[in-house]
This record gives sequence, C-alpha cells and structure tokens, in this order.
Amino acid sequence: MVLEDKLFTVKYVPDTISHLQPDNEKCKTCENKACTIVCPANVYEWDNVQNKLIVNYENCLECGVCRIACAKHSLKWEYPKGTKGVTFKLG
Amino acid sequence: MAEKNKTDVIVVGGGPAGISCAITIARSGKKVVLIERGNFAGSKNVFGGAIYTQPTKELFPDFEISAPLERRNVEHKFAILGDNDSTVISYKNNTEVLGSYTVIRAKFDRWMAEEAKKAGVYLVEKTVVRELLTEKGKVIGVKTELEDYYADIVVLADGVNSLLAKQIGLRSDIKPEDVALSVKEVIKLDKEKINDRFNISDEQGCIYEIFGGPMLGMLGLGFVYTNESSVTIGLGVTLNELIERGIKPYELLEQLKSHPTISPLIKDGELAEYSAHLIPEGGYKKIPKLFSDGVMVIGDAAMLVNNLHWEGTNLAMISGKLAGEVAVDALLNRDFSAKFLSKYQVKLQNSFVLKDLKTYKDLMEIAHKKSGAFLDYYLRKINSFFNMFTTVDSIPKRKKYYDFIKTFFAERKFTNIFSDFLYGMKLVWSILKWY
Repeated sequence: MVLEDKLFTVKYVPDTISHLQPDNEKCKTCENKACTIVCPANVYEWDNVQNKLIVNYENCLECGVCRIACAKHSLKWEYPKGTKGVTFKLG
Repeated sequence: MAEKNKTDVIVVGGGPAGISCAITIARSGKKVVLIERGNFAGSKNVFGGAIYTQPTKELFPDFEISAPLERRNVEHKFAILGDNDSTVISYKNNTEVLGSYTVIRAKFDRWMAEEAKKAGVYLVEKTVVRELLTEKGKVIGVKTELEDYYADIVVLADGVNSLLAKQIGLRSDIKPEDVALSVKEVIKLDKEKINDRFNISDEQGCIYEIFGGPMLGMLGLGFVYTNESSVTIGLGVTLNELIERGIKPYELLEQLKSHPTISPLIKDGELAEYSAHLIPEGGYKKIPKLFSDGVMVIGDAAMLVNNLHWEGTNLAMISGKLAGEVAVDALLNRDFSAKFLSKYQVKLQNSFVLKDLKTYKDLMEIAHKKSGAFLDYYLRKINSFFNMFTTVDSIPKRKKYYDFIKTFFAERKFTNIFSDFLYGMKLVWSILKWY
C-alpha cells in the first residue's frame, strides 16, 4: 500500500499557515536531509530545482520526529493551533 | 501575581499521566485545570495498544465496568521472524486478572477525561500551551494561544516532545538514539475472523510481540494487538537506525505486513487508520530533571517508559498519581519550592516506576552496542535451530547437531561470540544486581 492511501485514512483540519518552519539556508548545507527520510507522512521533500525544502505540513501527524532528526537544528517546530491539525480516531 | 485566571494546579496534557494527576488533585478537593491541545482528550494520542488492569484500577476502580474497552488480553505471543520463517513462543492464561486490555485512545482517554470532569477537574480542550510563565525562576503559570493562566503548581504531561520541560531547562534536546519512531495501522476485520485467526473468543485478546523480520539487526520491535473488530499492527525503530540506514518507517511496516507469519492475520482487512508517534526510549539515564520550583514532569514527558516490557501507560498513570499527591501536600503546606516538590521524585523512586527503569538502566546501551548480535544473528540462529530440528532429510541427528554448533564458529569470530557472551552476562548482572 502506498503512503498516499494510508494518509487518506487520517482526519485533518489543516491551518492556512505551516506550524513547521525550516531555515532553508541551513537546509541547503544539510548532507543527509534526514527529515525527507524518516517523516512517517513524507511531509518533507527536497526540490533540487528551487534548492528548497518543500513542507507539506497539511499531512503532518505531529509526532515530532523531524525536529529530533534534524542535524542542523533548522526546524522551528511547534504544535498546530488548538483546533487544527490531526485528529486520531483510532490511536 | 495576577489573581485573574488563577487556580491551584494546572496540568498540561490530557493523556493518561495528565488525567491521572488532575483527578488525584480534584478528588482531594483542590482546584485543577487540565489543558489539552486536541479537540478532545485522546484525539492526538497514539500508542501500541494496551492499558494495564492493576494500575488503571488504582485511578479508576470501576473501569472494567464503565470504560470503553476492546478486548482483555489473555495471550502473549513472542514471535521471532526470520526472512521467511519464524519461531513463536506463546503464553496463554484465560483467567489472567493482572493483565491488560486493548483500548482505542480516542475513546478511552476521552472517557478518563469525562471521569476527571465528574471529579471536579476543569477541562480546557483545543488549547495549546505555548510556553511556561516564570517569575524569579519559579513556574507561575502557562501562556496559551488565547490567555495566560496562573497556578501555584504546573504539572507537565505534554508528552514525549515536552517542549515545555525543555523551555525551562529541565531537559536538553532529545537525541535520535533516545526515541523510537513508531508507525501503526488499525485494520478493520470481522470479529469472527479475528477470533478464528487468533484462536480467541469474543472479548478475549491476543498480543504479538515481534522480533526480527524487517527489523533484523535494528533496535526495533513490532506488535500486533486485537481490538473488538479491528487489528492493530505496527513497529517502532530507534530513530538513529532509520536515519543511518535511510529507511522509511512505513516501508518497514509494509514488509512486516507481508511477512508469511503475519500476513494471514490481517488478510482481506481494510485499513481504518494510519498513525505515527514517538516513544521515549532513553531509559533511566536519560530521565530529565523531574521537578523545579512550582513544576513537576510526568509520563512520557519524563521519559517514563519501560520498553522491554512494553509498558508506558501504567508508568504514566502512576507518575501522574504520585505527582498529584505531592501537589495536594504542597497546597496544604503552601510550599511550592523545588525542595518540597522533590518529594515527587522520592515517591517515584520508592515505586516500581523508577525501580524498574533503574533495573534496566544498562539495557539500551547494550542493545545499541549489540543489536547486530542479539537482534539479528542470534535471532536467525533460533530459527535455523528449529529448521534443523524439524527437517527430515535422512542425515543422522548427531551430525546435524555438530554441524549446527560448527556454524557458530564458521559464521562468527570467536572473539565476537566471547564478547556477545560477556555482554549478555553483563546485562543479566545489571538486571539482577541488588542495590
């Protein structure tokens, strides 16, 4: 099963602004870009053309793994507003 | 100090730790506000699958009658998966009373929060605490998105990421080797199919604790839990292993789901929900400072997880209860200093919570060092032993035994075998040593 089908089962109320704010200058110097590997919702993608980290924050499961995995301490990471983000029905 | 929005205790986080703490305080007649960031308590919470009967009863004596429970676990299966084979050890006890129940957190945590409200806890939902308010080094309240709230004591039950404990310097940043990333799926299946496949009756549950398989060589474990009409399957792997190997967690889960021993259990099921969560796995040596002036830390925020025994919710509940008792004591004495609140740490030390974590204090270090041996090579050897034992091929048995023993020395350097043995002994000694 592909990830998109998995994420389709998750209930979200996305905010209009991202609760995940990377410092792209730091990201540019990051070698392994661990966030693009370990995020369970594939929130992060590296765009080679724009040389920029794309953040699909709407899919975030709010686990916090990216913040800990980030070797460059580039992420300003906070919880979404109280009414926003993921709601687990079967956690 | 502002008297507006002032209460006795603020508890941040509506999980098992926070709710247990708040209800303990409310039952003693003190004012307590419980702040939960999700739409309702449980809506942001994810775990493997089980709450434990005895500790839950300490907080909610009648929960077996009134709480939303899925199944009472009567069987534990320890499954050692090879690439295609497996060895499974099972312990079953239908009359187990000190066991566990599977629950769905969105239902169970919400139920606990309702019980807390009945006991007098003031529950504030949909509200994120952004930071702690301090005055001369003492925590005096919380800053939410909307308002500031003040209290004599603030208890942090804000989960594994505990940004608040970090804000006031009770802990440093968590390192990738100190957390496991867990992904899980809840798969809908007919009740009858679950009963048949797991050899259980209605309301009975079965737990698989899975070693090896796609996690061979990694510090990671898998799990399967049975709910009333769904099956939970997931795995957790230490974060540094995922980073170093460049592995996506959900791809590992797909591999686990397709393992020949596991796939028949969930065949034809329909995915109901995918989720992910971090598990604090640093153990005893990585526990943050548990208290300071006007503040205590409980549950996952305090890294209180016993990963070998899959225990977390029980440590959360009991740490919450003990912190609640100390908060009530502090309110009676009007003393909210770190010195007074250190009673919480003493209570934790005298309980199974810190005793157990201390028992396993060397486990993670040895597991990190020896995962290639104990979570790969020897797991494979267990399967190859049973493969040898069950294969009928007209080769004399004694020769087969000798050949099997020889493989250890052919496959693994003697110095490695010796070092594995020493580390195994070191681990056993660290667990059994009497302090």
